[in-house]
Amino acid sequence: MACLTIAEALREALREEMARDETIFCIGEDIGIPGGWGGAFTVTLGLERDFRDRIIDTPISENGFFGVALGAALMGLRPVVDVQYGDFLFCAMDQIVNQIAKMRYMSGGKLKVPLVMRAPVGSTGRGAQHGQNPEAIFLNVPGLKIVCPATAYDAKGLLKAAIREDNPVLIFEHKLLYGAKGARAESGSVNASSEIPEEDYVVPIGKGVVRRQGEDVTIVATLLMMHRALAAAEILQHQGISAEVIDPRSLVPFDWELVSSSVKKTTRLIVVTEGPRTGSVASEIAATAGERLMDYLTAPVLRVTSPDIPAPFSPAMEGFYRPDAERICGAVRSVLGMKASA
Amino acid sequence: MSKTDAVKYQPEFLLRLYRQMLVIRRFEERVKYLFLEGVMPGTIHQYQGQEAIAAGVCAALQQDDVITSTHRPHGHALAKGVGLEPVMHELFGKLTGCCRGKGGSMHVGDLDKGMVPAIAIVGAGVPIATGIALAFRMRKQQRVAVCFMGDGAVNEGAFHEGLNMGAIWSLPVVYVIENNLYSASTRIADTVRLNTLADRAAGYGMPGITIDGNDVLAVYEAAREAADRARSGFGPTLLETLTYRITGHSRRDPCNYQPPAERKLAKDKEPIGRFAKNLLDAGVVDQPGLDIIAQEVDEEIEQAVASAVAAPDPQPESALEGVFV
Repeated sequence: MACLTIAEALREALREEMARDETIFCIGEDIGIPGGWGGAFTVTLGLERDFRDRIIDTPISENGFFGVALGAALMGLRPVVDVQYGDFLFCAMDQIVNQIAKMRYMSGGKLKVPLVMRAPVGSTGRGAQHGQNPEAIFLNVPGLKIVCPATAYDAKGLLKAAIREDNPVLIFEHKLLYGAKGARAESGSVNASSEIPEEDYVVPIGKGVVRRQGEDVTIVATLLMMHRALAAAEILQHQGISAEVIDPRSLVPFDWELVSSSVKKTTRLIVVTEGPRTGSVASEIAATAGERLMDYLTAPVLRVTSPDIPAPFSPAMEGFYRPDAERICGAVRSVLGMKASA
Repeated sequence: MSKTDAVKYQPEFLLRLYRQMLVIRRFEERVKYLFLEGVMPGTIHQYQGQEAIAAGVCAALQQDDVITSTHRPHGHALAKGVGLEPVMHELFGKLTGCCRGKGGSMHVGDLDKGMVPAIAIVGAGVPIATGIALAFRMRKQQRVAVCFMGDGAVNEGAFHEGLNMGAIWSLPVVYVIENNLYSASTRIADTVRLNTLADRAAGYGMPGITIDGNDVLAVYEAAREAADRARSGFGPTLLETLTYRITGHSRRDPCNYQPPAERKLAKDKEPIGRFAKNLLDAGVVDQPGLDIIAQEVDEEIEQAVASAVAAPDPQPESALEGVFV
């Protein structure tokens, strides 16, 4: 067992998988430049020394290299595409949405597209074009599996599962969770390190996990918000409220079994995701919960999200944009019929 | 075609090229009629007038070479060997089509035959073909990728990004522009400042060649040279083939934007009649021989139509299948 950060755990997953299977390669900007950074967040740092021909540095051409990765995947290779910031996925939207996600379907189910896309997300002092949470947009794209690890254990296990998957998988990684110390320490970063087992393991795509048991309310939260929800649950406990926190870990497919069984117990549901409110991941979960769990709910499902604005820069405003433990506590008190100031 | 060409190539090869072009032409004419009759669903973008490019390029390829195509893909599919029946059935949306009815006209293809399901977003095939070539190189395979595109594709960002990566990594890929002078209805002079699109190649540091795309042997020879170059590790080529679409951009397009004089000239220069005349002049075949080929081709096409009409529709709920492995 070793205690690793998410960045280290992802790197270990890539190293082990690339050693296991020669068809795996990484492609992206600044990922394997000797003397460079190992991608924008050090995930591929040093891998070029072991796998020189399989760490491919590209020009700044996101749409181009997502398409290149698709072509390679169709020929039986297993590319892992690294995009420096999740915001840049939008530069590659045609390849991701029209090509990668639909190629298998258009072929009548004959072709396989084993392709992993890694995208750092989250509002982190970088403003509107380097701080978005674009997860929700991709929920509306059939053909993509989507995962969002909030701990190092899950990051390694989900990346390995994604690499072994014969479908395109989009992995959202939060910039404040990569590592809370050293070069990767950023303002507001959270320690998401885990004890990583020596032996090989995967975290199955589509399986969530209960992070904290509770009786009064279920809080479903992803990425950084999962850590905020745990902090909220701690605060609430001191006020005599028992909150259950679920980390879905995958958005597509979504572990409805886990959320349903929790809500049947607590009868109340709060969904917390970072990013604009309208059409958010929280919206989709809340809508589906309304359809599936109406008979069990004793309060409206509440969403805790960012407002419908671009991510602002100023730390003062960013704190307003990004949901925190206090806002989650407020939503919980509200569904419990307590005054907001309680 | 000169006497020399008649000696240089086996008659069987020349007649195979002729037959391939004719299959595409007669297929497209039959499909157009089926559309106008209201028998065939969807929309179509047809290939009449450009047959020499698909036929000439694909004749220069090996079976395991891979092509990408466009929203106008019927000719490429037939030339790469996807098969008359699988393509016709796909146009009818039948379960027996090459994409089991999920692709339709704009996505015909069969990777087992070396054709990625056609990519109907203009320019999007350029990076994909580049990635196919990257895989060939990484796997040390002596295979070539060919990217077919129209002249409209040269103004897409994907064209720039894809060609640049093909060039910097010296990949085994041939980029084939079919310049039919129109991006849908907009004339080339209104969209590009250059007189020859092959000049774009210089910007990426690769050879750019412009040829008569209505001369099937010229296309074959240029494609073979570019494919050989790619296969030998010398990197990509941008091959501009000059041609003309003698049908609408899509169904029911009367082509009022094409000047009548230009259309008449283009019909005189269309590739099939021209090649037939050359074959006759060189004594490779006589008129009865050409008539027999035409009759055989028409019979094959009628058979494909009949079997497509008779083939079962997919179950509606089967739409839910095939999203994920």
